[in-house]
Amino acid sequence: MNTEILGVILMYATVLVLAIPLGRYIGKIFNYENTWLDKIFNPIDHIFYKLSGINPSIEMNWKQHLLALLIINAFWFVIALFVLSNMSWLPLNPDGNPSMSWDLAFNTAVSFVSNTNLQHYSGETGMSYFGQFILMLWQFISAATGIAICAVVFNAMKERTTDKLGNFYSYFVRTCTRILLPIAFIGAIILVFNGTPMTFEGKDTITTLEGKEQQISTGPAAAFIAIKQLGTNGGGYYGPNSSNPMENPNYITNILETVFIFLIPIAMIFAMGYVLKRRKLAIMIYTVMTIGFLSLVIPSIYFEMNGNPAIDQLGISQNMGNMEGKEVRFGSAASAYWAINTTCTSNGSVNAMHDSMTPLTGMFAMLGMMVNSFYGGVGVGFLNFYIFIILAVFIGGLMVGRTPEFLGKKVEAKEVKIAMIIALLHPLMILGATALTSFLYSGNPEIYAGWLKNPSHHGFSEFLYEFSSASANNGSGFEGLGDNTPFWNITTGLVMLICRYLPIIGPVAIAGMLASKKYIPESVGTLKTDTSTFGILVIAVIGIVAALAFFPALTLGPLAEYFVMNGM
Amino acid sequence: MNTNTNLFQKTMVQKALKESFIKLNPKIMFRNPVMFAVEIGTFIMLIVTIYSIISNSQGSFGYNLAVFILLLMTLLFANFAEALAEARGKAQADSLRKTREETPAKKLIIENGQFDRSVSSNYQSLIVNSSLLKKGDIFVCETGDLIPADGEIIEGLATIDESAITGESAPVIREAGGDKSSVTGGTKVLSDKIIVEVTTEQGESFLDKMIALVEGASRQKTPNEIALTILLAGFTLVFIIVTVTLKPFADYANAPITIAAFISLFVCLIPTTIGGLLSAIGIAGMDRALRANVITKSGKAVETAGDIDVLLLDKTGTITIGNRKATNFYPANGIDEKHFIKSVILSSMTDETPEGKSIIELASTLDNGQLVMDKTKVFYTVDGKEIFNYPLNILNFKKFTAETRSSGIDIEHIRIRKGAADAIKLLCNEAGHSFPQEIGEKVTQISSNGGTPLVVSENEQVIGVIELQDIIKPGIQERFERLRKMGIKTVMVTGDNPLTAKFIAEKAGVDDFIAEAKPEDKMNYIKKEQMEGRLVAMMGDGTNDAPALAQADVGVAMNSGTQAAKEAGNMVDLDNDPTKLIEIVEIGKQLLMTRGTLTTFSIANDVAKYFAIIPALFIIAIPSLQGLNIMNLHSPESAILSAVIFNAIIIPMLIPLALKGVAYKAIGASALLRRNLFIYGLGGVIVPFIGIKLIDLFVSLFV
Repeated sequence: MNTEILGVILMYATVLVLAIPLGRYIGKIFNYENTWLDKIFNPIDHIFYKLSGINPSIEMNWKQHLLALLIINAFWFVIALFVLSNMSWLPLNPDGNPSMSWDLAFNTAVSFVSNTNLQHYSGETGMSYFGQFILMLWQFISAATGIAICAVVFNAMKERTTDKLGNFYSYFVRTCTRILLPIAFIGAIILVFNGTPMTFEGKDTITTLEGKEQQISTGPAAAFIAIKQLGTNGGGYYGPNSSNPMENPNYITNILETVFIFLIPIAMIFAMGYVLKRRKLAIMIYTVMTIGFLSLVIPSIYFEMNGNPAIDQLGISQNMGNMEGKEVRFGSAASAYWAINTTCTSNGSVNAMHDSMTPLTGMFAMLGMMVNSFYGGVGVGFLNFYIFIILAVFIGGLMVGRTPEFLGKKVEAKEVKIAMIIALLHPLMILGATALTSFLYSGNPEIYAGWLKNPSHHGFSEFLYEFSSASANNGSGFEGLGDNTPFWNITTGLVMLICRYLPIIGPVAIAGMLASKKYIPESVGTLKTDTSTFGILVIAVIGIVAALAFFPALTLGPLAEYFVMNGM
Repeated sequence: MNTNTNLFQKTMVQKALKESFIKLNPKIMFRNPVMFAVEIGTFIMLIVTIYSIISNSQGSFGYNLAVFILLLMTLLFANFAEALAEARGKAQADSLRKTREETPAKKLIIENGQFDRSVSSNYQSLIVNSSLLKKGDIFVCETGDLIPADGEIIEGLATIDESAITGESAPVIREAGGDKSSVTGGTKVLSDKIIVEVTTEQGESFLDKMIALVEGASRQKTPNEIALTILLAGFTLVFIIVTVTLKPFADYANAPITIAAFISLFVCLIPTTIGGLLSAIGIAGMDRALRANVITKSGKAVETAGDIDVLLLDKTGTITIGNRKATNFYPANGIDEKHFIKSVILSSMTDETPEGKSIIELASTLDNGQLVMDKTKVFYTVDGKEIFNYPLNILNFKKFTAETRSSGIDIEHIRIRKGAADAIKLLCNEAGHSFPQEIGEKVTQISSNGGTPLVVSENEQVIGVIELQDIIKPGIQERFERLRKMGIKTVMVTGDNPLTAKFIAEKAGVDDFIAEAKPEDKMNYIKKEQMEGRLVAMMGDGTNDAPALAQADVGVAMNSGTQAAKEAGNMVDLDNDPTKLIEIVEIGKQLLMTRGTLTTFSIANDVAKYFAIIPALFIIAIPSLQGLNIMNLHSPESAILSAVIFNAIIIPMLIPLALKGVAYKAIGASALLRRNLFIYGLGGVIVPFIGIKLIDLFVSLFV
């Protein structure tokens, strides 16, 4: 078999082999079971609780959980905003990089707060080391926020009637210290050994083969990159993200970084199985997500390895596949694989330019973000999927002639209403914002000419991709957009903010309300949610609710480009 | 009762057609968000059609008119479905209401308002119209009278012909006191005279409530219907977003889209099929309940019936045929069989219970004798030879009482008693006599075989045992098996001792039983199951069933039952058929399933509609998109028209399914989901591809 494809299979297999035991470990942490790491972490956690005056044994209801989440997020958001707009005079700025404009600071702060990491700046020139540190802190906070709130939902799904769902601060601290920190630490060490910088000194100067002097940005990159990949953050230390050789030096680091993208999202599914003692349900969810992922990644790899007909026409050999915008050290298959990994999980880091992918690969990347729950972001991917489960349970429950119930709790009008609002939000934000942009652009192409470097269908794909990325809290860019303007900074900032918090509030509210309902034991007449039939129903719901709504927009973007390019 | 299953009767169709236009009123339409959205779209198309007379910028007049008419048809079809369902419900209700027509009532004139039983024959009666009767009024009915209103017998006993509401021609006996004291308006007194108190105000009887439910006037949406409406409104919103944003997208791509195309796309994408049929499905569900001769107080009760986890059934009449029968006599050691039979006959002579009668029946068959009782004496002969002959005045009958728990007779110095083993044992022991061991063994043996032992004593000495046996209804095991496959646990309620109960429970195939049940036992069992989160249904008729009927999630009262029982339950079964619950559960499940499957079908249709309309919208501006026209439809206009036509005609095509309901099969939830997902989900994806293509072949002849 082709070595490139073998590499892809190796990467997926590695994730799976690691994610299963990791899921078990995460489940133990959520269940407060003993692990061998307790000796190290119990005292550390204790220091945090003591410093912040938290009593981790006070249980919260779902509203208190959300309040705690918003407080943590709002507090650090203000600090991030301050640091980003005052970097120039704050310490740790050896390269003398400037402070951010207010709109860029807003966009960047929102972007990191929301686990999106959409970057309308370039790390080398736009960020001090102190700024990078505050962003790295956010890469921990936003990832831990997602994982901790997901733990609350797991707790709420248990077979009992309660409104006491654990302590958010405790889940949050345990997630940081026992999950993110140790794994990121290992990742950073591996990156350092492969050549990624980890220093507080300023730019290096080297002499190139041509004899010219070149300035090379360095800094505390390895630590940043590890958590960037692990926490489905995706914001690169350097502008070109993981296509930059400092950020992703070789195929080994590429394996590591790709594995890190999927590691926690997949482990979370198994963690749910462990917490709820519902292995079959976990397997159903894993299978549905995997089918969704494969249906996007397989054609993408196929199209990228087959090359671009437009380049063929130029008479350029494409025996390595479509290599425009890709790194030779990774190849077309591993780049396509990364592209779908990163868009399915709301990671958003890139190791190749998505703008240069063939049109359909671009479409599959966008679909990954539009669905946003084929594994999805850490913690939040499961929450998105939870909404689809609720909708599927409702339709499926009616189809078997019973008031719909999920894990023994009746799903009624209120839950359906919330689930529908959350399901609506994504099309509303992506299509609405793209429509606004198209409206402005088509009304006055001269004024907004700076926005688009590629007109026509590809330009439209760039709009659509940008807002899909913001709405999915993904953060990758199709690029080719002149996006550091107040318009783009504010619109994408608002989309990121709304699409971060509402899709967290919705599922938590549903789970919290279901948790306080009466538990109904299963009978033969109950719709079972851990079966393949139910899995098919979930796939159908995702396909129709999430994907079909975007069909007209995709037709005008990547599909039109594809059909035009292939001369149909 | 009306079992006419023809869905499209001429008179009903005419009525429904008229109603379909009346229902176009936006105020009525507003209740249904999906169809209301279609109505707005239709209105816009009307304006566009008029505009296109003077300008061609929005496409030709003919094309716009065609789209307008098709949208109007969509609305009318949806209204027609609802109107037809209502018409059917009304027809059914009218046939019941006929029984309510004005009848003369002999109202008693009671001056102080206080009915006094001792002087009941002295009251004067006044003929008034039944519609003037109020709750609390008292009227009298004699042979041949139609009962003017629902009520409760306070004095007397009568045979009544209830065929007007139940269709059952055999007359029934109703009498004051006890559990069979309730009479229904419109039924006829065949013999005797009763005094009845009116128990419901005019217009508030069950039947009135039911009629309102099927007529739609006071039809409130059930919780599941509300949730589904929210889901459908959500989908409608998604497609509003999709359609509205398409305008700037198309402007960007320089692909002008006509208003007709926008509205067609929108109407095709929103779930009009289920939106149009939703209320028809709900009404048809109520109608099915009515056809099964069940009157429900709310639509919610029918839906809840589909969710039932536990079913409480009385043994007698439900699981077993009527009553127990005597099957064997076992004289004690040293007692002559002839003597035993004689004693048994004496003890049961005046026992009017079915068990008592069956004892006499068995005794007289065993020795081929004949019991004769006249006004002065009672005698018993075997082959012309007199066994006994007593004047009635020396007989002292002892009725069954709660204290003695036995019944019998005293004749001069002979005291014969029969009763439960422990009662007789106590009686004998108190008199200093022992309870024979072989009788004890017999009693256990009979009990463990599902029989009921009745021990007989003479002068406080045991002389033998009578065995009573239950006869299990044929086919009941299959029905319980069906319920089990639906996930419903059946519980038998019986006054029998645990041994007997266990035997019958096993034989009949019920999952659990409550033996020696007192009314509070039922109540406690229901509460316990509800505490564990299960929904419980039960059927009852007696006043002492009322609390349990009220506690149960679905309480079905027999029409023959007391008013208290009827008030407490949320359904009334006109047929007094205890197995009716099974049908009610199926009706409830069918109702939900029909909604679920048609929702799935409706949404699955969108795939094909997208592939019909989206290429049609852009193909002129971007010819390469011909590649998306996988159905190879003739032209953009024909593609859009075909999709809209399909969208419209699928509604009337599915009316029969909506009214009859999706067939429920007790095959377990997973298998059912697989089946429905395959038929309505996959079918919903494939059918419109074929349908739209066929319609396009036809339409392209004209466009």
